[in-house]
Amino acid sequence: MTAVLMSHRSAPPSAARIARARLGIELRLFFREKQQVVFSFAYPVVMMVIFGSVLGGDERPGHIPFPQYFLAGIAATGIMLTSFQALGTSIAGERESGQLERLQLLGTPPAAYFAGKAGQVLVTTAAQLALLLPVARYGFDVPMPADLRHWLTFVWVAALGALAGTVLGIAVSALPGSATSVATGVSAFAIVLQFFSGVFFAANETPGWMQHIAALLPLKWLNQGMRSAFLPDRAGAVEVAGSWEHGRTALVLAAWVIIGTVICVRAFRWRRGEA
Amino acid sequence: MTTTETAPLPGVAEQERAAVTVRGLVKRYGGRAVLDGLDLDVARGECFALLGPNGAGKTTTIEILEGVRRRDAGEIRVLGEDPATGGRRWRDRIGVVSQGEAAGQALTVRETLDHFASYHAAPVPTGELLAAVGLQESAGTRVVRLSGGQRRRLAVALGVQGRPELVFLDEPTTGMDPVARRQFWELVRGLRAGGTTVLLTTHYLDEAAELADRVGVVAGGRLVDVAPPDEVGAALRRHSTVSWIEDGARREVRTDAPAAVLRDLLAGPQAEIPGLTVTRPGLEDVYLQLVGATPSEIEGELR
Repeated sequence: MTAVLMSHRSAPPSAARIARARLGIELRLFFREKQQVVFSFAYPVVMMVIFGSVLGGDERPGHIPFPQYFLAGIAATGIMLTSFQALGTSIAGERESGQLERLQLLGTPPAAYFAGKAGQVLVTTAAQLALLLPVARYGFDVPMPADLRHWLTFVWVAALGALAGTVLGIAVSALPGSATSVATGVSAFAIVLQFFSGVFFAANETPGWMQHIAALLPLKWLNQGMRSAFLPDRAGAVEVAGSWEHGRTALVLAAWVIIGTVICVRAFRWRRGEA
Repeated sequence: MTTTETAPLPGVAEQERAAVTVRGLVKRYGGRAVLDGLDLDVARGECFALLGPNGAGKTTTIEILEGVRRRDAGEIRVLGEDPATGGRRWRDRIGVVSQGEAAGQALTVRETLDHFASYHAAPVPTGELLAAVGLQESAGTRVVRLSGGQRRRLAVALGVQGRPELVFLDEPTTGMDPVARRQFWELVRGLRAGGTTVLLTTHYLDEAAELADRVGVVAGGRLVDVAPPDEVGAALRRHSTVSWIEDGARREVRTDAPAAVLRDLLAGPQAEIPGLTVTRPGLEDVYLQLVGATPSEIEGELR
């Protein structure tokens, strides 16, 4: 039986076919891992409910009700968690447990693996936002984007932010150290970054040095882009720059996509310590 | 350390018959040569065991042959290709039974096998695989709930799923209980019977004797002997030990001619010679001499 098959073997399945299989398995695994579901998927909804309930009556600069301001920030955070944090932790774990080595032994095209991850991020992020927005709308009376133009802003900001988070998550998974230490580092970084990037406090409430650091990193811009979709246009005037800065937002996020991609190409390894 | 001349690889016709050909393989870690001019030939259809103490370079050799570790020098052909540049078609022709996890532990056995089927040109149907490794009962069980032995079976199923011509097994039964080990050996014999070439590493002598057509002993980064299990260390095996008790003390004579020693003994004045034995070295004795270790050292390493 084997002898016959040896002589005329057909080519292995295409990268696209493997990518589809990867996406299926990634999604199945994501929703079976309780830690992933709780810490990256459910987190924004839980935070929305907590902060919306506690600070529901407060106002942010520009007479914006707190829940309306917070929805933009927590949506941006959610995108960061389902992309950056989820991938950084899961890939480091897959490398440590030998799953990536198996993929390498099978000759898996890296592009198929990344496509599976990116697809997973897309689906989980969309599902997360589809859960978060109704909770904000019906639980805390937060208005949705005013018109098609604002919805389009929401879509491009979310997509670009998720893309940056995806490549940076893959990049950060290559950090040295055990999978647990990578996971701890990534989660701690994600938490601190939320405070720097205006998720809980408005940017003009934070000290200058914090604003400068935040302005170099993607979350602030993702957050600001989200505010431009959810908040009334007049609120742009109370931003640090006095406007929504769409051009700069696109530029910074795109720059991080490129930086992350370069790191992935250079640093991605199937196994620890060897090419 | 002298520089070794690397012998040229055999001709094309010979390579066709060979599953693995290695000449002068060198691998260094931080300047220390773990492999120092290793030569190896494995014929198609053969079960070959690389035997050696921990740290002898068995795993490094296997990983280089699998194409997941780089080498520093040497010529290698695995199924006619250089593993360092082997593409997906080549990878589909080799199988690896690895120690690592397959995919996530939250998947069931069947889900895992169904998923990895999509990486192969001509996968064995999942039902057939489950039957072959005796996991039908556990098909719906999540990997996290499998016993150690069941996980190894799943690893075997994944290793042979793509109908490989050559299968690598790196210390496949380490940590298994005796029953699971014997069941595993049956699986390997089944592969071998089906015409698959098997290259395994082990530090269990009984495993090598049980499974392998030929055994290669690795020590000091080289292959120090290659032979069928009962012929390894032929030169060392020629020595017999004649032992008996004389005046209340045990006496031993090591000799290439035990019959002559016996004749002399029997010609002596005693009617009976107490405690008389003639022993030839077994695989273990020969192995220990080949790897240049005393028994106590080896036991320390094996633990």
